Amino acid sequence: MKEVSPAKAYALHLGVIALLFALSFVLPEYHHGLLARIMVLAVFAMGYNMLFGYVGLLSLGHAMFFSAGLYGAGLAVIHLGWSVPAAFAAGLACGALLALIIGVLALRTSGVAFMIVTMMFAQVFYLIILYFASWTGGDQGLVVPQSARVLVLGSTSLGLTNPTVRYMSALALFSIVLLVTLAVVRSRYGRVLVAIRENEERTKMLGYDTFSNKLAAVVVSGTICAASGAAYALLFGYVGSTFASVQYSILPLLWVLLGGAATTLGPLIGTLFMYYVVDITSGYTSAYLLIVGIALILLVLFFPKGILGTIRQRWLGWLP
Amino acid sequence: MMPLLTTKGLSRNFGGLRAVDGVDFALMPGEIRAVIGPNGAGKTTFVSLVSGRIQPSSGMIVFDGADITNLPAYARVRLGIAYTFQITSVFANLTAYDNVALPVQRTLTDGRSKGAVHAGVMAALERTGLADRAHMPAGQLSYGHQRLLEVAMGLALKPRLLILDEPTQGLADSEIDNFIGLVREIAKSATVLLIEHNMPVVMQLADRITVFNAGKILAEGTPEQVRANAEVQAAYLGTTP
Ligand SMILES: Nc1ncnc2c1ncn2[C@@H]1O[C@H](COP(=O)(O)OP(=O)(O)OP(=O)(O)O)[C@@H](O)[C@H]1O
Ligand SMILES: [Mg+2]
Repeated sequence: MKEVSPAKAYALHLGVIALLFALSFVLPEYHHGLLARIMVLAVFAMGYNMLFGYVGLLSLGHAMFFSAGLYGAGLAVIHLGWSVPAAFAAGLACGALLALIIGVLALRTSGVAFMIVTMMFAQVFYLIILYFASWTGGDQGLVVPQSARVLVLGSTSLGLTNPTVRYMSALALFSIVLLVTLAVVRSRYGRVLVAIRENEERTKMLGYDTFSNKLAAVVVSGTICAASGAAYALLFGYVGSTFASVQYSILPLLWVLLGGAATTLGPLIGTLFMYYVVDITSGYTSAYLLIVGIALILLVLFFPKGILGTIRQRWLGWLP
Repeated sequence: MMPLLTTKGLSRNFGGLRAVDGVDFALMPGEIRAVIGPNGAGKTTFVSLVSGRIQPSSGMIVFDGADITNLPAYARVRLGIAYTFQITSVFANLTAYDNVALPVQRTLTDGRSKGAVHAGVMAALERTGLADRAHMPAGQLSYGHQRLLEVAMGLALKPRLLILDEPTQGLADSEIDNFIGLVREIAKSATVLLIEHNMPVVMQLADRITVFNAGKILAEGTPEQVRANAEVQAAYLGTTP
């Protein structure tokens, strides 16, 4: 936001991307697969952060945008036989359209009412998926056939089931969304979003149509979440209604809170942290959810602004 | 010459209270107009109606020949009506720089100014003497500097009509002198509507004065005329004339 060191911020982000790239060649198979999944879900968290962190709108319904991408892409492959890029685009389009409609309706409210309204819409979306079980597979979900998960680039075709292809595809999506997020929050538009979060009335009195700005943010956020969902369907080959349940609306909120709301890298850190805490503790005890809960409470006590938010506050004020 | 701003029968009720009651008002371009009146007279409510921050119960507002009664506040700002808040309302967690960058980039988007955001921001901060505090969070500025930042934000909107609601409240005497100079300079390029309790400031700055009492205009005229008006003295003394 400030006029300081854009080069430093971009260097840091490119460094993170380079590190993730290098990790692909050294990680053991299990962690390699896990990290690919984490990167895709970190995109979900980044989309959520765009609205929650920067505009200050707390949605409890973002699972619907993730699932719009998930089902949009997955069903396009399964039922319509679309190619991978076309299906991905279909997922994005579904998410963007849904976000536009939900935004127009839900932005009439704010605060707690916004939380409830978004949660209700997501619940409706979830029930629709269950209702059209013959199409969606209901609560069983559907498997996207391996044969269809092939990305054809000119004369080469890349199987998305191949671990390296999958990892690199996830990394490519993650990198694009990360850099787009960075560019947005550093832009004039990003400054307006933060102003709305801080004081919407005042922002209006500076000549800003805050409704339109918030609506645009909902659409950007919903589309990013849909990109994550679409990638999930195509890379991991499964679409299921659990991803539309309320649990998947709360997870991105947790990831973002953990990593640091309104920080560009916080969503990755939060997702990574949460996955590994669950992963490590579930190896030792079946009561791992208890330990996860305790870890969360400790974090909120000692890092109230999330991991990266606290680091920014105490040491690195220039972090975007 | 056509007035820049006119209101006809402008009213606003809060429950049973007529905070602004059938006000007919006209403001000529280039004028510095002071609005005075006892606490609760309806001054802030009146300018809030003009800026669009609140909606009128009845009446009409015309700006530069166009009926703006039904325009949302943000659209009025884009027409050139800038409002600075009586209760300081800067973005406390953002730097002074970012506070001013918001209005600057707005006028750039609207095509009402040209150049880079940075230059526009620094110009507004320099005019208000805040340039060396550009990167301080606004919430950490002294109260007087926050008031000046409000003015800088108003200035940066490149207003045709700048509404200042008690801008000198809480300023030290030395700061008030600077402020008077600043308003004179602003008035070269904008019409100024100034709500002010500090009578020396009003007498030095105003071309004309409008006196509000109980939601109505009680008197209007040059500073000399208003000073001599018995009704005005009565309103301030709290006795009925
Ligand atoms: N939002 C509101 N709801 C209810 N009553 C209000 C509201 N805003 C103002 N009032 C009332 O309207 C009347 C006019 O208030 P206003 O703030 O316009 O006065 P003012 O002339 O600006 O006073 P001051 O010099 O104290 O700033 C007061 O009686 C006030 O209590
Ligand atoms: Mg007032």
